[in-house]
Amino acid sequence: MATTRKPPAAPGDKARTLEQLLATKEIVISCGSGGVGKTTTAAAAAAMAATHLGGKVLVLTVDPAKRLANALGLERFGNTETRVPHEAFVAAGVEPRGELWAAMLDTKQSWDDLVARHAPDAKTREAILANSIYQNISGRFVQSHDYIAMERLYEIHSSGTYDLIVVDTPPTRSAIDFLEAPDRMGDFFSSKLLRWLTAPSKSRVMSLASKPFYTVADRILGSQFLEDIAEFFSLFQAMAPGFVERADAVTRTLADRRTTFLVVSTLEAAPLHEAEYFIAALDERNLHLGALVLNKVLPSYLRRTATAGVAKRLTSDAEALAATVSDAGDPADTARVLATIGESFLNYQVVAKREAEQRAGLARTPDVVAAVPYFDADIHDLGGLLQLGDQIWR
Amino acid sequence: MTALLDRKLLFVTGKGGVGKSTVAASLGLLAAEEGKRTLVCEVDAKGNLADFYEAGPTSFAARELQPNLWAMSMNTEESLKEYLRLQLKIPLLAKIGPLARTFDFIANAAPGVKEILTIGKLAWEVKEHHYDLVVVDSVASGHIVGQLTAPQGINELVQVGMVRNQTQWMLDILTDPAKTGVVIVSAPEEMPVAETLELAERLDAETDVDLAAVVVNRVLPELFTEREEALFEVLRDPRRIDALTTAAGGDVTPIFEAAELAVTLRRTRAGHLAVLRGQLDPALPLLYVPYIFTRSHGARATRQVAEFLAEEL
Repeated sequence: MATTRKPPAAPGDKARTLEQLLATKEIVISCGSGGVGKTTTAAAAAAMAATHLGGKVLVLTVDPAKRLANALGLERFGNTETRVPHEAFVAAGVEPRGELWAAMLDTKQSWDDLVARHAPDAKTREAILANSIYQNISGRFVQSHDYIAMERLYEIHSSGTYDLIVVDTPPTRSAIDFLEAPDRMGDFFSSKLLRWLTAPSKSRVMSLASKPFYTVADRILGSQFLEDIAEFFSLFQAMAPGFVERADAVTRTLADRRTTFLVVSTLEAAPLHEAEYFIAALDERNLHLGALVLNKVLPSYLRRTATAGVAKRLTSDAEALAATVSDAGDPADTARVLATIGESFLNYQVVAKREAEQRAGLARTPDVVAAVPYFDADIHDLGGLLQLGDQIWR
Repeated sequence: MTALLDRKLLFVTGKGGVGKSTVAASLGLLAAEEGKRTLVCEVDAKGNLADFYEAGPTSFAARELQPNLWAMSMNTEESLKEYLRLQLKIPLLAKIGPLARTFDFIANAAPGVKEILTIGKLAWEVKEHHYDLVVVDSVASGHIVGQLTAPQGINELVQVGMVRNQTQWMLDILTDPAKTGVVIVSAPEEMPVAETLELAERLDAETDVDLAAVVVNRVLPELFTEREEALFEVLRDPRRIDALTTAAGGDVTPIFEAAELAVTLRRTRAGHLAVLRGQLDPALPLLYVPYIFTRSHGARATRQVAEFLAEEL
């Protein structure tokens, strides 16, 4: 594989290729709706960066499907970062300039680590880890992925271990959920409600202003649950300042100029709609939109109008055309094959044209837009990832 | 097993991009046209359920789009207000404002609350027999288990009190296979198949909710029989391509390339389909919907998918 490089974009210069973009960034966040190849794109970009730019590159996936492991030649990878073996590159026929590392987010483990880091003492730590509400929040509930993904990114980035971190975002309900997660967490831990819930119970009950809430809450939730909540919150309060500070730092990292976002989509209506929505959300928050990657794009020859005319002739004049290649086989069979492929072309043309229209209709696009053609086979090894990477790199 | 549309509550889920919303919209349409009073509820906040019917925006208050077909979008804050009003009969209307704000705040920060408000509203519509069938265009497969287990989670946390009573009836509805079922929408591609199998396993291991059916969407047509495919290869001889190009009055090469692409795509997908079929419980209904080569994803596509589903059912 060629290792000649275009000169990296000077700071302030607009990147024209993904290569230039990644050469100037430390964090790349890959996002988009589910099923568009977000994870694969993140892995491909990281593999390309490790191969061509060098340095230590980490791909952090938060997807519960654990799908990256196979393509990266790792049996399984967890919260600890694992190096993709050099042999995997050798098998793909590549001599990488740098190292590729991979890690997957274990939500529960990350929460526990976070508690361990912020708890003032061992007793508080154990009490939190044992609290039933904490266990549910950290283990079961969906939105806790969003925050912990960004938190873990921050943690790894500030450790200074990697030159580049490519993050695959969780499949959120709404793409912007994880952008807002740190703020939401910060708000929560600095709120009046939390202070009130964790006030000594005597003054809580005595407080006239809060009495209606307590009465209603008691009726709805039952007092045992309230006690559990109160315990959870008072334990957590010990960590609140650390948490708030931390959430702020995570938010700052997202907005840092060393961070960029990679929006991934296909040319189907729904994912593209989501991508546009997300691009607008980045813009609103002054976050850096680095590139748009369009996956599974049908080949351009499918859109030719002249070919459509030929395809129609194959369908309508199949028998006459079959006669011109009568040595191929049974003429009736030949006619059927010709009509079938003409019909199939016209079918695919409808889709290809629809997709082209979708693409032309994009309101805002970043400087780097990469289109990846439909791959014949599924990607199941590093070689496949690098092949995909080649399509988006320059 | 209760026939799919004879159940009361269907959660339609699947990996993003497989056509989950199309299938949910189509199932709703089908049920409504069979004369069932049907509610289709969109849970994702994307707000594009309306696009599948091309019938204007939807809101928390259900709206009748055509006879028997109602549509709504989930909104957890509205759900909470309704819950407080209907369920608890709290005579504190004046105080609900700030209370709702407080709860909304908790709902945003403390996960689980939104899930229970969503499930609660849907189960409530079933409990009160407001509809014959509620079809939920649900969260994607990565989140559905979290959503379905929210009542169980709350139930474990809250030992007594009103919430406990509330979650019990929800669980009764959710875990009754005659009433509730999950429909996983899949596609004959690697990741959707892997995710479908994983979800089927998780539903079984982590929930008591019944998996009612798997819909395989976008199944590509088989282009050739084996004999035709052999002939196709023979026709690709450059000399024959030239002859056809001359006779057809234009280059036929792209048409052959497109056919090869179609064959390759179909073949790759057939392999994934075989994996899916081989690993799912053979008793589980597997419904096939062909790839539809249409211009748009609107009402026309919804109707076509509904027709294919009707045949499969």
